[in-house]
Amino acid sequence: MVNKKVILNIAKTHLVTKIKQTATAALGVTFGIGSYITLVCFMTGLNGMLDDLILNQTPHIHIFNEIEPSKKQPTDLYFEFQNTLNIVHSIKPKQSQKRIHNALPIINYLNKDPKVKGAIPQIKEQIFYIAGSIELGGNLTGIDILQEVELFNFKDYVVKGSPQALKNNDNGILLGAGVAEKMSLDIGDRVQVSTIKGDVFPLKIVGLYQSGIADIDNIQSFANVKTVQRILGQAENYITDINVKLFNIEDAIPLAQKIEQQFQLKAIDIKTANAQFETGTTIRNLITYAVSITLLIVAGFGIYNILNMMIYEKMNDIAILKAIGFSGKDVQFIFMSQAMIIGAVGGSLGLLIGFGLSHLIGSLPFETEALPTISTYPINHNPWFYIIGFSFAMISTFLAGYLPSKKAKKIDPVRIIRGQ
Amino acid sequence: MKTILEARNINKYFRKPVLFHVLKDINFKVNQGEFASIMGKSGCGKSTLLYILSTMDTGYEGDLYLNTELITGQENEKLSYIRNKHIGFVFQFHYLLSEFSVLENVMLPAKKLAEKSIEEIEYNAIEKLRILNIEHIAKKRASQISGGEKQRVAIARALINNPTIIMGDEPTGNLDSQNSDNVFNIFKQLSEEQGLSLLVVTHDQDFADKTDRIIQMGDGRIIN
Repeated sequence: MVNKKVILNIAKTHLVTKIKQTATAALGVTFGIGSYITLVCFMTGLNGMLDDLILNQTPHIHIFNEIEPSKKQPTDLYFEFQNTLNIVHSIKPKQSQKRIHNALPIINYLNKDPKVKGAIPQIKEQIFYIAGSIELGGNLTGIDILQEVELFNFKDYVVKGSPQALKNNDNGILLGAGVAEKMSLDIGDRVQVSTIKGDVFPLKIVGLYQSGIADIDNIQSFANVKTVQRILGQAENYITDINVKLFNIEDAIPLAQKIEQQFQLKAIDIKTANAQFETGTTIRNLITYAVSITLLIVAGFGIYNILNMMIYEKMNDIAILKAIGFSGKDVQFIFMSQAMIIGAVGGSLGLLIGFGLSHLIGSLPFETEALPTISTYPINHNPWFYIIGFSFAMISTFLAGYLPSKKAKKIDPVRIIRGQ
Repeated sequence: MKTILEARNINKYFRKPVLFHVLKDINFKVNQGEFASIMGKSGCGKSTLLYILSTMDTGYEGDLYLNTELITGQENEKLSYIRNKHIGFVFQFHYLLSEFSVLENVMLPAKKLAEKSIEEIEYNAIEKLRILNIEHIAKKRASQISGGEKQRVAIARALINNPTIIMGDEPTGNLDSQNSDNVFNIFKQLSEEQGLSLLVVTHDQDFADKTDRIIQMGDGRIIN
């Protein structure tokens, strides 16, 4: 232990007397780690925001009645055609209802499942917004507003008015921002909606909805479940969709399969529905890490270079140390510890700089029509990034220091001493 | 008399650029308290012999004993330890660590040996500097002192672990006659008062004449 102290002291003295070289090497690491932290915090923040944009409002499992043709046509069932090749032309979808049969008991059943955070009903209906003689096509969704707020962050997308106002008004509607703009409507105004059957209802605008995706905002509006049931002239058990939010997103696929089998409904899990988002996230992460690793490798070569030069300058010192009884290993340890000190100091500074820079970016205003909930650039301060960054600094300086220090270990003191 | 250092049938070859037999069958002993000098013309192999004796050069044939213990063929770690504890070096060029203070330079081998506490080592180092009359420069940086002073610091460093033998490769080669006498007197005193063995390679006839014994070398052999 005493030995290590002596050796570290020598390493420290070398570094301090060559402070400019040390600083250059350390700055290389600082720059590498600093930009890694900044990059990774910013990129993952952005990733998270983009994912949230879609995934937050997407149910983990979406249950509905799919309109599709029967998989087994009647001819297939008829025993006399069993061993023949049957061809049926112009198959039409099976005559079935849009509503989910026994929807309320299913919701109750799902809510009792310990994996389920919440299962809530929706009614999706196509309607027309009527503005004078013009009819605009659109969707009206009946929702349980307070549960939507709780489970799907619905509040983030209500840009004017409040979800509570919808709850309190049986004739209220949350109008899509795009629709409102087209029809020059605002909170407090009335809008007439017409069902496909032609019944016209006036609804009071209690708020504006903006998801950030223009195609949705131009057609989508929300009302209470009961309101929509009344507009459609349906009973209280008329439910077309059930949205399920789970505690753990990984349970989505097996549970969706189970629901499909059990209730003979279509159940789409979030992973299937949004596979392309995962791909995008993975590729963006890949780019972030590729750039960071490149930066660190450049920094590593800087350290390698400077340590090599230091060893050439310190040939005499190495020879003396070996002559007075320091072993090759001791000498190697001197240079290794120099590399590690440079790595640790440079790395820590890099973490600080990365922290500062990402904070700075995180405080820059970033306001866009498309993202109503975002006011500054998104930054993800995950402590893991700092741990990875620091380990990376230590590993790369270790590798950069290893070869030069090995050379120092092998230097023959006799050749140096006699060479003069 | 106790034998400190013994070389038996030492042979050494240089293989580059052409095969060359540098040392031919060297046999000799150094006793305790003996002040021996090795003389010879340039290229006769006297420095080569010294570096073999110092354990730094391991590429030779034959056997080398220090304190009747066989040193040939030992592990590098063990050889480093032997150099640290039993052998003190003084070179022609002073070879101090220029970034450290004089005191730190002297203390370094003892810190490496780590047999004593730092306080004891510091006390001993100052003691050695005092014996050599250079106590006053203890706090100066090694790069800021004169040549004669540097050589005395190097001697102090060689003495710090109370070695059994001190080896010198032309320790006075770079000094004027006054400093040269100074160094000789220090060596003489050490061998007489502390019973230290000394083995010094030198070109300086006056210096060699004053030592107990001269080992004359020529063409890779000991002539007498």
